[in-house]
Amino acid sequence: MSNLRIIKDRTASGAMRTVTIVALAFVLVMGWGLYRKSAPILSEIPLWDLLTDSTWQPFKNKFGFFPFVMGTIWVTLIAVVIALPLSLFTAVFLTEYARRWVKKCVYPALDILASLPSVIYGVWGTLVIVPWISDRLAPYFVSFSSGYTTLAAGIVLSIMILPLLVSLFVELFSSVGNDLRDSSYALGATRWQTAQSVVLRKSMPGVFASVVLAVSRALGETIAVLMVCGNMAAVPHSVFDACYPIPALIANNYGEMLSLPMYESALMFAALLLFVVVLVFNLASRLVLRKIERK
Amino acid sequence: MNKLVVKERIARVAMYLSIAAVILLVGSIIWTVFKRGARSLTWEMVSSLPGGGFYIGKSGGFLNAIVGSLYIVLSSTAIGLIISIPVVFFLNVYLKSKSRLAYVARLAFDVLFGIPSIVYGAFAFTLMIYFGLRTSLLGGILVETLLIIPILIRSMDEVAKNFPRDLLEASFSLGATRWETMGVVMRQIAPGIATATLLSVGRSIGDAAGVMFTAGFSDTIPTSLSQQTATLPLSIFFQLSAPQAEVQNRAYAAAVVLTIIVLVISLLGRFITNRFSKHKLR
Repeated sequence: MSNLRIIKDRTASGAMRTVTIVALAFVLVMGWGLYRKSAPILSEIPLWDLLTDSTWQPFKNKFGFFPFVMGTIWVTLIAVVIALPLSLFTAVFLTEYARRWVKKCVYPALDILASLPSVIYGVWGTLVIVPWISDRLAPYFVSFSSGYTTLAAGIVLSIMILPLLVSLFVELFSSVGNDLRDSSYALGATRWQTAQSVVLRKSMPGVFASVVLAVSRALGETIAVLMVCGNMAAVPHSVFDACYPIPALIANNYGEMLSLPMYESALMFAALLLFVVVLVFNLASRLVLRKIERK
Repeated sequence: MNKLVVKERIARVAMYLSIAAVILLVGSIIWTVFKRGARSLTWEMVSSLPGGGFYIGKSGGFLNAIVGSLYIVLSSTAIGLIISIPVVFFLNVYLKSKSRLAYVARLAFDVLFGIPSIVYGAFAFTLMIYFGLRTSLLGGILVETLLIIPILIRSMDEVAKNFPRDLLEASFSLGATRWETMGVVMRQIAPGIATATLLSVGRSIGDAAGVMFTAGFSDTIPTSLSQQTATLPLSIFFQLSAPQAEVQNRAYAAAVVLTIIVLVISLLGRFITNRFSKHKLR
Protein backbone atom coordinates (compact mmCIF):
# COMPACT_ATOMS: atom_id res chain seq x y z
CA MET A 1 0.00 0.00 0.00
CA SER A 2 2.62 2.48 1.02
CA ASN A 3 4.67 1.40 -1.98
CA LEU A 4 1.85 2.42 -4.27
CA ARG A 5 1.74 5.85 -2.64
CA ILE A 6 5.44 6.33 -3.15
CA ILE A 7 5.15 5.21 -6.78
CA LYS A 8 2.30 7.67 -7.25
CA ASP A 9 4.40 10.44 -5.77
CA ARG A 10 7.40 9.58 -7.94
CA THR A 11 5.31 9.35 -11.10
CA ALA A 12 3.71 12.71 -10.39
CA SER A 13 7.12 14.21 -9.74
CA GLY A 14 8.48 12.88 -13.02
CA ALA A 15 5.46 14.03 -14.98
CA MET A 16 5.55 17.50 -13.49
CA ARG A 17 9.28 17.83 -14.10
CA THR A 18 8.70 16.87 -17.72
CA VAL A 19 5.92 19.43 -18.16
CA THR A 20 8.09 22.14 -16.61
CA ILE A 21 11.08 21.34 -18.78
CA VAL A 22 8.97 21.13 -21.94
CA ALA A 23 7.51 24.54 -21.12
CA LEU A 24 11.05 25.84 -20.62
CA ALA A 25 12.27 24.37 -23.87
CA PHE A 26 9.49 26.24 -25.60
CA VAL A 27 11.50 29.48 -25.58
CA LEU A 28 14.32 27.75 -27.43
CA VAL A 29 12.00 25.96 -29.85
CA MET A 30 10.33 29.25 -30.68
CA GLY A 31 13.61 31.01 -31.40
CA TRP A 32 14.89 28.07 -33.40
CA GLY A 33 11.67 27.75 -35.44
CA LEU A 34 11.66 31.42 -36.34
CA TYR A 35 15.35 31.26 -37.21
CA ARG A 36 14.84 28.24 -39.49
CA LYS A 37 12.07 30.07 -41.29
CA SER A 38 14.09 33.23 -41.77
CA ALA A 39 17.25 31.40 -42.81
CA PRO A 40 16.52 31.66 -46.58
CA ILE A 41 16.45 35.44 -46.55
CA LEU A 42 19.41 35.70 -44.23
CA SER A 43 21.49 33.57 -46.58
CA GLU A 44 20.54 35.73 -49.54
CA ILE A 45 20.80 39.22 -48.07
CA PRO A 46 23.28 40.07 -45.31
CA LEU A 47 21.75 41.02 -41.97
CA TRP A 48 23.17 44.55 -42.06
CA ASP A 49 21.69 45.25 -45.50
CA LEU A 50 18.31 43.92 -44.39
CA LEU A 51 18.26 46.35 -41.49
CA THR A 52 19.62 49.45 -43.24
CA ASP A 53 18.17 49.21 -46.73
CA SER A 54 14.96 51.14 -47.21
CA THR A 55 13.50 49.71 -50.42
CA TRP A 56 10.58 47.44 -49.64
CA GLN A 57 9.40 45.74 -52.83
CA PRO A 58 8.69 42.14 -51.94
CA PHE A 59 7.62 41.25 -55.46
CA LYS A 60 10.96 42.42 -56.83
CA ASN A 61 12.79 40.56 -54.12
CA LYS A 62 13.86 43.72 -52.35
CA PHE A 63 13.49 43.56 -48.61
CA GLY A 64 14.76 46.59 -46.75
CA PHE A 65 13.52 46.75 -43.19
CA PHE A 66 14.86 50.22 -42.42
CA PRO A 67 11.48 52.04 -42.64
CA PHE A 68 9.87 49.48 -40.36
CA VAL A 69 12.71 49.53 -37.88
CA MET A 70 12.59 53.32 -37.78
CA GLY A 71 8.80 53.28 -37.48
CA THR A 72 9.05 50.96 -34.49
CA ILE A 73 11.75 53.06 -32.84
CA TRP A 74 9.85 56.33 -33.35
CA VAL A 75 6.57 55.01 -32.03
CA THR A 76 8.19 53.39 -29.02
CA LEU A 77 10.21 56.49 -28.23
CA ILE A 78 7.15 58.74 -28.32
CA ALA A 79 5.26 56.30 -26.12
CA VAL A 80 8.00 56.24 -23.50
CA VAL A 81 8.51 60.01 -23.55
CA ILE A 82 4.81 60.52 -22.82
CA ALA A 83 4.26 57.63 -20.43
CA LEU A 84 7.39 58.00 -18.30
CA PRO A 85 6.71 61.34 -16.57
CA LEU A 86 3.02 60.54 -16.28
CA SER A 87 3.66 57.19 -14.62
CA LEU A 88 6.45 58.49 -12.39
CA PHE A 89 4.28 61.27 -11.00
CA THR A 90 1.35 58.91 -10.60
CA ALA A 91 3.41 56.31 -8.80
CA VAL A 92 5.11 58.85 -6.50
CA PHE A 93 1.73 60.29 -5.68
CA LEU A 94 0.24 56.87 -4.95
CA THR A 95 3.05 55.76 -2.68
CA GLU A 96 4.12 59.01 -1.00
CA TYR A 97 1.13 61.33 -0.95
CA ALA A 98 -2.23 59.72 -1.62
CA ARG A 99 -4.86 59.08 1.00
CA ARG A 100 -6.58 55.75 1.12
CA TRP A 101 -9.69 56.73 -0.78
CA VAL A 102 -7.66 58.20 -3.62
CA LYS A 103 -5.80 54.94 -3.99
CA LYS A 104 -9.13 53.11 -3.97
CA CYS A 105 -10.20 55.16 -6.99
CA VAL A 106 -6.95 55.09 -8.92
CA TYR A 107 -6.02 51.42 -8.66
CA PRO A 108 -9.23 50.12 -10.27
CA ALA A 109 -8.80 52.72 -13.01
CA LEU A 110 -5.30 51.43 -13.71
CA ASP A 111 -6.68 47.88 -13.57
CA ILE A 112 -9.15 48.75 -16.28
CA LEU A 113 -6.45 50.38 -18.43
CA ALA A 114 -4.36 47.25 -18.09
CA SER A 115 -7.19 44.91 -18.98
CA LEU A 116 -8.66 46.70 -22.00
CA PRO A 117 -7.88 44.82 -25.20
CA SER A 118 -5.57 46.26 -27.80
CA VAL A 119 -8.36 46.55 -30.35
CA ILE A 120 -10.41 48.76 -28.02
CA TYR A 121 -7.45 51.13 -27.74
CA GLY A 122 -7.38 51.06 -31.53
CA VAL A 123 -11.06 52.00 -31.74
CA TRP A 124 -10.57 54.79 -29.23
CA GLY A 125 -7.48 55.98 -31.09
CA THR A 126 -9.31 56.23 -34.40
CA LEU A 127 -12.31 57.95 -32.81
CA VAL A 128 -10.51 60.41 -30.52
CA ILE A 129 -6.78 60.76 -31.11
CA VAL A 130 -6.72 60.62 -34.92
CA PRO A 131 -9.32 63.38 -35.48
CA TRP A 132 -7.77 65.45 -32.68
CA ILE A 133 -4.40 65.34 -34.39
CA SER A 134 -5.70 66.03 -37.88
CA ASP A 135 -8.12 68.83 -36.88
CA ARG A 136 -6.56 70.48 -33.86
CA LEU A 137 -2.89 69.72 -33.42
CA ALA A 138 -1.44 69.19 -36.88
CA PRO A 139 -2.66 72.47 -38.47
CA TYR A 140 -0.29 74.37 -36.16
CA PHE A 141 2.70 72.52 -37.54
CA VAL A 142 2.03 71.09 -41.00
CA SER A 143 -0.32 71.97 -43.85
CA PHE A 144 -2.09 68.62 -43.91
CA SER A 145 -2.17 65.48 -41.85
CA SER A 146 -4.65 62.65 -42.05
CA GLY A 147 -4.25 62.06 -38.33
CA TYR A 148 -3.09 58.51 -38.92
CA THR A 149 0.41 59.32 -37.80
CA THR A 150 3.42 58.25 -35.83
CA LEU A 151 2.26 60.60 -33.09
CA ALA A 152 -1.18 58.96 -32.87
CA ALA A 153 0.42 55.53 -32.57
CA GLY A 154 2.83 56.86 -29.93
CA ILE A 155 0.03 58.39 -27.86
CA VAL A 156 -2.14 55.27 -27.96
CA LEU A 157 0.85 53.11 -27.11
CA SER A 158 1.88 55.36 -24.22
CA ILE A 159 -1.51 54.80 -22.58
CA MET A 160 -1.20 51.07 -23.09
CA ILE A 161 2.15 50.85 -21.28
CA LEU A 162 1.11 53.30 -18.55
CA PRO A 163 -0.50 50.78 -16.18
CA LEU A 164 2.48 48.43 -16.45
CA LEU A 165 4.90 51.25 -15.63
CA VAL A 166 2.82 52.53 -12.72
CA SER A 167 2.46 49.09 -11.15
CA LEU A 168 6.19 48.39 -11.47
CA PHE A 169 7.06 51.81 -10.02
CA VAL A 170 4.62 51.47 -7.14
CA GLU A 171 6.17 48.16 -6.23
CA LEU A 172 9.66 49.65 -6.39
CA PHE A 173 8.82 52.74 -4.37
CA SER A 174 7.02 50.83 -1.65
CA SER A 175 10.04 48.56 -1.25
CA VAL A 176 12.14 51.57 -0.21
CA GLY A 177 12.53 51.33 3.55
CA ASN A 178 10.54 53.71 5.75
CA ASP A 179 13.62 54.34 7.89
CA LEU A 180 15.17 56.11 4.91
CA ARG A 181 12.11 58.30 4.52
CA ASP A 182 12.01 59.03 8.24
CA SER A 183 15.65 60.05 8.29
CA SER A 184 15.05 62.34 5.37
CA TYR A 185 12.06 63.98 7.07
CA ALA A 186 14.04 64.22 10.30
CA LEU A 187 16.63 66.29 8.47
CA GLY A 188 13.88 68.69 7.53
CA ALA A 189 13.41 67.64 3.93
CA THR A 190 10.08 68.36 2.27
CA ARG A 191 7.98 65.55 0.91
CA TRP A 192 8.99 66.22 -2.65
CA GLN A 193 12.65 66.44 -1.66
CA THR A 194 12.33 63.07 0.02
CA ALA A 195 10.53 61.59 -2.96
CA GLN A 196 13.08 63.00 -5.35
CA SER A 197 16.38 62.43 -3.64
CA VAL A 198 15.61 59.42 -1.47
CA VAL A 199 12.83 57.31 -2.96
CA LEU A 200 13.55 57.99 -6.62
CA ARG A 201 17.29 57.86 -6.27
CA LYS A 202 17.14 54.61 -4.32
CA SER A 203 14.99 52.97 -6.97
CA MET A 204 16.79 54.37 -10.02
CA PRO A 205 18.14 51.02 -11.31
CA GLY A 206 14.66 49.56 -10.93
CA VAL A 207 13.07 52.49 -12.74
CA PHE A 208 15.50 51.98 -15.59
CA ALA A 209 14.75 48.25 -15.75
CA SER A 210 11.00 48.93 -15.68
CA VAL A 211 11.31 51.29 -18.61
CA VAL A 212 13.21 48.63 -20.57
CA LEU A 213 10.45 46.16 -19.75
CA ALA A 214 7.77 48.60 -20.87
CA VAL A 215 9.70 49.25 -24.08
CA SER A 216 9.74 45.54 -24.82
CA ARG A 217 5.99 45.46 -24.28
CA ALA A 218 5.53 48.45 -26.57
CA LEU A 219 7.66 46.94 -29.33
CA GLY A 220 5.26 44.07 -29.85
CA GLU A 221 1.95 45.93 -29.70
CA THR A 222 0.17 45.16 -32.91
CA ILE A 223 -3.48 45.87 -33.51
CA ALA A 224 -3.87 49.21 -31.74
CA VAL A 225 -0.80 50.64 -33.44
CA LEU A 226 -1.75 49.17 -36.78
CA MET A 227 -5.13 50.90 -36.61
CA VAL A 228 -3.76 54.41 -36.10
CA CYS A 229 -0.22 54.51 -37.54
CA GLY A 230 -1.09 54.99 -41.21
CA ASN A 231 0.86 52.01 -42.54
CA MET A 232 3.18 53.69 -45.03
CA ALA A 233 6.43 51.91 -45.76
CA ALA A 234 8.60 55.01 -45.54
CA VAL A 235 10.86 56.38 -42.85
CA PRO A 236 8.86 59.00 -40.91
CA HIS A 237 10.49 62.44 -40.98
CA SER A 238 8.23 64.07 -38.44
CA VAL A 239 5.71 62.90 -35.89
CA PHE A 240 2.97 63.92 -38.33
CA ASP A 241 4.10 61.39 -40.94
CA ALA A 242 2.59 57.96 -41.19
CA CYS A 243 4.77 55.07 -40.17
CA TYR A 244 4.78 51.29 -40.36
CA PRO A 245 6.13 49.43 -37.32
CA ILE A 246 7.30 45.81 -37.58
CA PRO A 247 4.31 44.11 -35.86
CA ALA A 248 1.94 45.94 -38.19
CA LEU A 249 3.99 44.73 -41.15
CA ILE A 250 3.64 41.13 -40.06
CA ALA A 251 -0.07 41.43 -39.32
CA ASN A 252 -0.94 43.19 -42.56
CA ASN A 253 0.74 40.77 -44.90
CA TYR A 254 0.06 37.40 -43.41
CA GLY A 255 -2.21 36.11 -46.16
CA GLU A 256 -0.25 37.54 -49.02
CA MET A 257 3.09 36.19 -47.97
CA LEU A 258 2.40 32.56 -48.77
CA SER A 259 2.64 33.16 -52.50
CA LEU A 260 6.34 34.02 -52.34
CA PRO A 261 8.73 31.91 -50.27
CA MET A 262 11.18 34.78 -49.88
CA TYR A 263 8.37 37.08 -48.74
CA GLU A 264 7.32 34.60 -46.09
CA SER A 265 10.91 34.28 -44.98
CA ALA A 266 11.19 38.07 -44.77
CA LEU A 267 8.14 38.31 -42.52
CA MET A 268 9.43 35.50 -40.35
CA PHE A 269 12.69 37.40 -40.11
CA ALA A 270 10.67 40.37 -38.88
CA ALA A 271 9.12 38.14 -36.23
CA LEU A 272 12.54 36.79 -35.30
CA LEU A 273 13.90 40.32 -34.97
CA LEU A 274 11.04 41.21 -32.64
CA PHE A 275 11.53 37.99 -30.69
CA VAL A 276 15.26 38.53 -30.17
CA VAL A 277 14.99 42.19 -29.17
CA VAL A 278 12.08 41.54 -26.79
CA LEU A 279 13.87 38.50 -25.35
CA VAL A 280 17.06 40.42 -24.61
CA PHE A 281 15.23 43.44 -23.18
CA ASN A 282 13.01 41.25 -21.05
CA LEU A 283 15.82 39.10 -19.76
CA ALA A 284 17.96 42.09 -18.81
CA SER A 285 15.19 43.98 -17.05
CA ARG A 286 13.83 40.93 -15.23
CA LEU A 287 17.30 40.08 -13.93
CA VAL A 288 17.77 43.60 -12.58
CA LEU A 289 14.27 43.73 -11.06
CA ARG A 290 14.78 40.36 -9.43
CA LYS A 291 18.03 41.42 -7.85
CA ILE A 292 16.28 44.46 -6.37
CA GLU A 293 13.39 42.35 -5.14
CA ARG A 294 15.77 40.03 -3.32
CA LYS A 295 17.38 42.85 -1.39
CA MET B 1 13.16 78.07 2.03
CA ASN B 2 10.65 79.66 -0.26
CA LYS B 3 12.15 77.85 -3.21
CA LEU B 4 11.42 74.50 -1.56
CA VAL B 5 7.79 75.39 -1.00
CA VAL B 6 7.42 76.42 -4.62
CA LYS B 7 9.04 73.20 -5.80
CA GLU B 8 6.74 71.19 -3.57
CA ARG B 9 3.74 73.00 -5.01
CA ILE B 10 4.86 72.42 -8.60
CA ALA B 11 5.46 68.75 -7.91
CA ARG B 12 2.04 68.43 -6.32
CA VAL B 13 0.34 70.08 -9.27
CA ALA B 14 2.19 67.78 -11.65
CA MET B 15 1.03 64.78 -9.64
CA TYR B 16 -2.59 65.92 -9.47
CA LEU B 17 -2.49 66.44 -13.22
CA SER B 18 -1.07 62.96 -13.81
CA ILE B 19 -3.72 61.33 -11.65
CA ALA B 20 -6.41 63.38 -13.34
CA ALA B 21 -5.02 62.32 -16.72
CA VAL B 22 -5.19 58.65 -15.78
CA ILE B 23 -8.79 58.89 -14.59
CA LEU B 24 -9.74 61.04 -17.55
CA LEU B 25 -8.19 58.60 -20.02
CA VAL B 26 -10.07 55.64 -18.57
CA GLY B 27 -13.27 57.69 -18.67
CA SER B 28 -12.64 58.86 -22.20
CA ILE B 29 -11.92 55.38 -23.56
CA ILE B 30 -14.97 53.79 -21.99
CA TRP B 31 -17.25 56.71 -22.74
CA THR B 32 -16.13 56.91 -26.38
CA VAL B 33 -16.57 53.21 -26.99
CA PHE B 34 -19.99 53.15 -25.34
CA LYS B 35 -21.26 56.33 -26.93
CA ARG B 36 -20.26 55.32 -30.43
CA GLY B 37 -21.42 51.74 -30.06
CA ALA B 38 -24.61 52.15 -28.07
CA ARG B 39 -26.63 53.59 -30.94
CA SER B 40 -26.07 50.57 -33.10
CA LEU B 41 -26.09 47.88 -30.44
CA THR B 42 -29.33 45.91 -30.57
CA TRP B 43 -30.37 42.52 -29.30
CA GLU B 44 -30.51 41.31 -32.88
CA MET B 45 -26.82 42.04 -33.26
CA VAL B 46 -25.66 39.89 -30.40
CA SER B 47 -28.04 37.09 -31.28
CA SER B 48 -27.72 36.66 -35.03
CA LEU B 49 -25.11 35.77 -37.60
CA PRO B 50 -23.89 38.30 -40.15
CA GLY B 51 -26.07 38.31 -43.23
CA GLY B 52 -24.61 37.89 -46.68
CA GLY B 53 -21.00 37.72 -47.75
CA PHE B 54 -17.68 37.76 -46.02
CA TYR B 55 -18.47 40.09 -43.07
CA ILE B 56 -19.52 42.87 -45.46
CA GLY B 57 -23.24 42.10 -45.53
CA LYS B 58 -25.32 44.95 -44.18
CA SER B 59 -27.71 42.98 -42.01
CA GLY B 60 -27.28 40.66 -39.08
CA GLY B 61 -24.97 40.67 -36.11
CA PHE B 62 -21.82 39.14 -34.77
CA LEU B 63 -22.95 36.07 -32.85
CA ASN B 64 -20.33 34.06 -34.75
CA ALA B 65 -17.58 36.20 -33.23
CA ILE B 66 -18.96 35.95 -29.69
CA VAL B 67 -19.32 32.18 -29.87
CA GLY B 68 -15.96 31.80 -31.62
CA SER B 69 -14.23 33.83 -28.93
CA LEU B 70 -15.95 31.82 -26.20
CA TYR B 71 -14.91 28.52 -27.78
CA ILE B 72 -11.30 29.61 -28.04
CA VAL B 73 -11.07 31.27 -24.64
CA LEU B 74 -12.81 28.52 -22.68
CA SER B 75 -10.91 25.64 -24.19
CA SER B 76 -7.53 27.34 -24.09
CA THR B 77 -8.08 28.32 -20.46
CA ALA B 78 -9.04 24.75 -19.56
CA ILE B 79 -5.99 23.28 -21.32
CA GLY B 80 -3.79 26.04 -19.92
CA LEU B 81 -4.91 25.28 -16.36
CA ILE B 82 -4.30 21.56 -16.79
CA ILE B 83 -0.73 22.28 -17.87
CA SER B 84 0.12 25.14 -15.56
CA ILE B 85 -1.24 23.93 -12.20
CA PRO B 86 1.20 20.98 -12.11
CA VAL B 87 4.04 23.31 -13.09
CA VAL B 88 3.23 25.72 -10.27
CA PHE B 89 2.88 22.84 -7.86
CA PHE B 90 6.19 21.38 -9.00
CA LEU B 91 8.00 24.71 -8.66
CA ASN B 92 6.69 25.33 -5.15
CA VAL B 93 6.31 21.95 -3.46
CA TYR B 94 8.64 19.55 -5.19
CA LEU B 95 11.55 21.88 -5.75
CA LYS B 96 13.45 23.51 -2.91
CA SER B 97 13.11 27.26 -2.80
CA LYS B 98 16.74 27.79 -3.78
CA SER B 99 16.59 25.35 -6.68
CA ARG B 100 18.36 26.44 -9.86
CA LEU B 101 15.69 24.86 -12.03
CA ALA B 102 13.00 26.86 -10.29
CA TYR B 103 14.99 30.07 -10.81
CA VAL B 104 15.54 29.43 -14.49
CA ALA B 105 11.93 28.32 -14.97
CA ARG B 106 10.51 31.46 -13.37
CA LEU B 107 12.78 33.61 -15.49
CA ALA B 108 11.79 31.73 -18.64
CA PHE B 109 8.08 32.15 -17.93
CA ASP B 110 8.61 35.84 -17.23
CA VAL B 111 10.31 36.15 -20.59
CA LEU B 112 7.60 34.15 -22.36
CA PHE B 113 5.03 36.42 -20.74
CA GLY B 114 6.73 39.34 -22.45
CA ILE B 115 6.87 37.86 -25.95
CA PRO B 116 4.33 39.73 -28.09
CA SER B 117 1.30 37.81 -29.27
CA ILE B 118 2.08 38.59 -32.90
CA VAL B 119 5.28 36.57 -32.52
CA TYR B 120 3.30 33.73 -30.95
CA GLY B 121 0.94 33.97 -33.90
CA ALA B 122 3.70 33.90 -36.48
CA PHE B 123 5.44 31.02 -34.73
CA ALA B 124 2.24 29.01 -34.29
CA PHE B 125 1.45 29.60 -37.93
CA THR B 126 4.75 28.08 -39.09
CA LEU B 127 4.23 25.23 -36.64
CA MET B 128 0.77 24.59 -38.08
CA ILE B 129 2.12 24.54 -41.62
CA TYR B 130 4.79 22.12 -40.48
CA PHE B 131 2.17 19.77 -39.08
CA GLY B 132 -0.14 20.28 -42.03
CA LEU B 133 -2.85 22.10 -40.08
CA ARG B 134 -4.89 24.85 -41.69
CA THR B 135 -6.10 28.02 -40.04
CA SER B 136 -8.84 26.70 -37.80
CA LEU B 137 -10.51 26.78 -34.43
CA LEU B 138 -7.92 24.24 -33.28
CA GLY B 139 -5.09 26.56 -34.34
CA GLY B 140 -6.66 29.44 -32.44
CA ILE B 141 -7.04 27.34 -29.31
CA LEU B 142 -3.42 26.19 -29.56
CA VAL B 143 -1.94 29.65 -29.91
CA GLU B 144 -4.06 31.09 -27.10
CA THR B 145 -3.07 28.20 -24.85
CA LEU B 146 0.60 28.90 -25.51
CA LEU B 147 -0.03 32.58 -24.90
CA ILE B 148 -1.76 32.22 -21.53
CA ILE B 149 0.35 29.46 -19.96
CA PRO B 150 3.09 31.88 -18.85
CA ILE B 151 0.44 34.27 -17.46
CA LEU B 152 -1.28 31.49 -15.56
CA ILE B 153 1.96 30.08 -14.20
CA ARG B 154 3.47 33.38 -13.12
CA SER B 155 0.38 34.75 -11.45
CA MET B 156 -0.44 31.51 -9.63
CA ASP B 157 3.20 31.22 -8.67
CA GLU B 158 3.15 34.66 -7.05
CA VAL B 159 0.40 33.38 -4.73
CA ALA B 160 1.94 29.96 -4.20
CA LYS B 161 5.29 31.51 -3.27
CA ASN B 162 3.72 32.98 -0.16
CA PHE B 163 2.30 29.63 0.79
CA PRO B 164 3.18 29.00 4.46
CA ARG B 165 5.98 26.46 4.69
CA ASP B 166 4.70 25.14 8.05
CA LEU B 167 1.52 23.84 6.44
CA LEU B 168 3.59 21.75 4.07
CA GLU B 169 5.68 20.44 6.93
CA ALA B 170 2.57 19.66 8.99
CA SER B 171 1.21 17.64 6.09
CA PHE B 172 4.52 15.84 5.55
CA SER B 173 4.86 15.05 9.23
CA LEU B 174 1.51 13.29 9.14
CA GLY B 175 3.04 10.95 6.60
CA ALA B 176 1.49 12.44 3.48
CA THR B 177 3.52 12.31 0.31
CA ARG B 178 4.16 15.43 -1.69
CA TRP B 179 1.49 14.37 -4.15
CA GLU B 180 -1.08 13.98 -1.38
CA THR B 181 -0.16 17.40 -0.04
CA MET B 182 -1.47 18.87 -3.27
CA GLY B 183 -4.96 19.00 -1.75
CA VAL B 184 -3.78 21.28 1.03
CA VAL B 185 -1.92 23.53 -1.36
CA MET B 186 -4.81 23.69 -3.81
CA ARG B 187 -7.21 24.87 -1.13
CA GLN B 188 -4.78 27.55 -0.03
CA ILE B 189 -4.07 28.95 -3.46
CA ALA B 190 -7.63 28.61 -4.78
CA PRO B 191 -8.27 32.38 -4.91
CA GLY B 192 -4.95 32.74 -6.71
CA ILE B 193 -6.03 30.18 -9.29
CA ALA B 194 -9.31 32.04 -9.76
CA THR B 195 -7.66 35.43 -10.31
CA ALA B 196 -5.04 33.91 -12.60
CA THR B 197 -7.80 32.31 -14.63
CA LEU B 198 -9.68 35.58 -14.94
CA LEU B 199 -6.49 37.38 -15.91
CA SER B 200 -5.77 34.93 -18.68
CA VAL B 201 -9.38 34.94 -19.88
CA GLY B 202 -9.19 38.71 -20.12
CA ARG B 203 -5.94 38.53 -22.01
CA SER B 204 -6.99 35.86 -24.45
CA ILE B 205 -10.43 37.25 -25.22
CA GLY B 206 -8.88 40.55 -26.25
CA ASP B 207 -6.01 39.13 -28.22
CA ALA B 208 -6.25 39.73 -31.93
CA ALA B 209 -2.69 39.41 -33.20
CA GLY B 210 -2.36 35.78 -32.16
CA VAL B 211 -5.58 34.45 -33.67
CA MET B 212 -5.19 36.47 -36.85
CA PHE B 213 -2.81 33.93 -38.35
CA THR B 214 -4.20 30.85 -36.73
CA ALA B 215 -7.98 30.96 -36.36
CA GLY B 216 -8.81 32.87 -39.52
CA PHE B 217 -12.25 34.35 -39.95
CA SER B 218 -15.67 33.10 -40.93
CA ASP B 219 -19.28 34.11 -41.08
CA THR B 220 -20.65 31.08 -39.34
CA ILE B 221 -20.27 29.37 -36.01
CA PRO B 222 -17.71 26.58 -36.39
CA THR B 223 -19.08 23.07 -35.99
CA SER B 224 -15.75 21.28 -35.87
CA LEU B 225 -12.21 21.98 -34.75
CA SER B 226 -10.92 22.14 -38.30
CA GLN B 227 -13.15 25.01 -39.39
CA GLN B 228 -12.12 28.63 -39.34
CA THR B 229 -13.72 30.82 -36.73
CA ALA B 230 -14.37 34.48 -36.09
CA THR B 231 -13.28 36.15 -32.86
CA LEU B 232 -14.53 39.37 -31.27
CA PRO B 233 -11.35 41.48 -31.58
CA LEU B 234 -10.80 40.43 -35.17
CA SER B 235 -14.41 41.02 -36.09
CA ILE B 236 -14.07 44.56 -34.71
CA PHE B 237 -10.84 45.09 -36.60
CA PHE B 238 -12.04 43.72 -39.96
CA GLN B 239 -15.46 45.32 -39.89
CA LEU B 240 -14.01 48.72 -39.03
CA SER B 241 -11.98 48.69 -42.21
CA ALA B 242 -15.07 47.99 -44.31
CA PRO B 243 -16.41 50.96 -46.30
CA GLN B 244 -20.14 50.46 -45.45
CA ALA B 245 -21.43 52.42 -42.47
CA GLU B 246 -23.68 49.52 -41.38
CA VAL B 247 -20.73 47.18 -41.12
CA GLN B 248 -18.70 49.74 -39.22
CA ASN B 249 -21.56 50.24 -36.80
CA ARG B 250 -21.51 46.53 -36.16
CA ALA B 251 -17.83 46.82 -35.29
CA TYR B 252 -18.55 49.60 -32.79
CA ALA B 253 -21.34 47.55 -31.26
CA ALA B 254 -19.00 44.57 -30.97
CA ALA B 255 -16.48 46.86 -29.26
CA VAL B 256 -19.08 47.65 -26.60
CA VAL B 257 -19.72 43.96 -26.02
CA LEU B 258 -16.01 43.19 -25.75
CA THR B 259 -15.46 46.12 -23.38
CA ILE B 260 -18.31 45.00 -21.13
CA ILE B 261 -16.94 41.46 -20.99
CA VAL B 262 -13.45 42.69 -20.12
CA LEU B 263 -14.73 45.16 -17.51
CA VAL B 264 -16.78 42.46 -15.80
CA ILE B 265 -13.78 40.13 -15.74
CA SER B 266 -11.56 42.85 -14.32
CA LEU B 267 -14.03 43.78 -11.59
CA LEU B 268 -14.65 40.13 -10.74
CA GLY B 269 -10.89 39.62 -10.37
CA ARG B 270 -10.63 42.47 -7.89
CA PHE B 271 -13.66 41.19 -5.99
CA ILE B 272 -12.21 37.70 -5.68
CA THR B 273 -8.82 38.87 -4.45
CA ASN B 274 -10.50 41.06 -1.85
CA ARG B 275 -13.14 38.61 -0.73
CA PHE B 276 -12.29 34.98 -1.08
CA SER B 277 -9.06 34.87 0.79
CA LYS B 278 -10.60 33.33 3.87
CA HIS B 279 -8.82 29.99 3.63
CA LYS B 280 -5.60 31.86 3.69
CA LEU B 281 -3.42 31.53 6.76
CA ARG B 282 -1.34 34.50 7.54
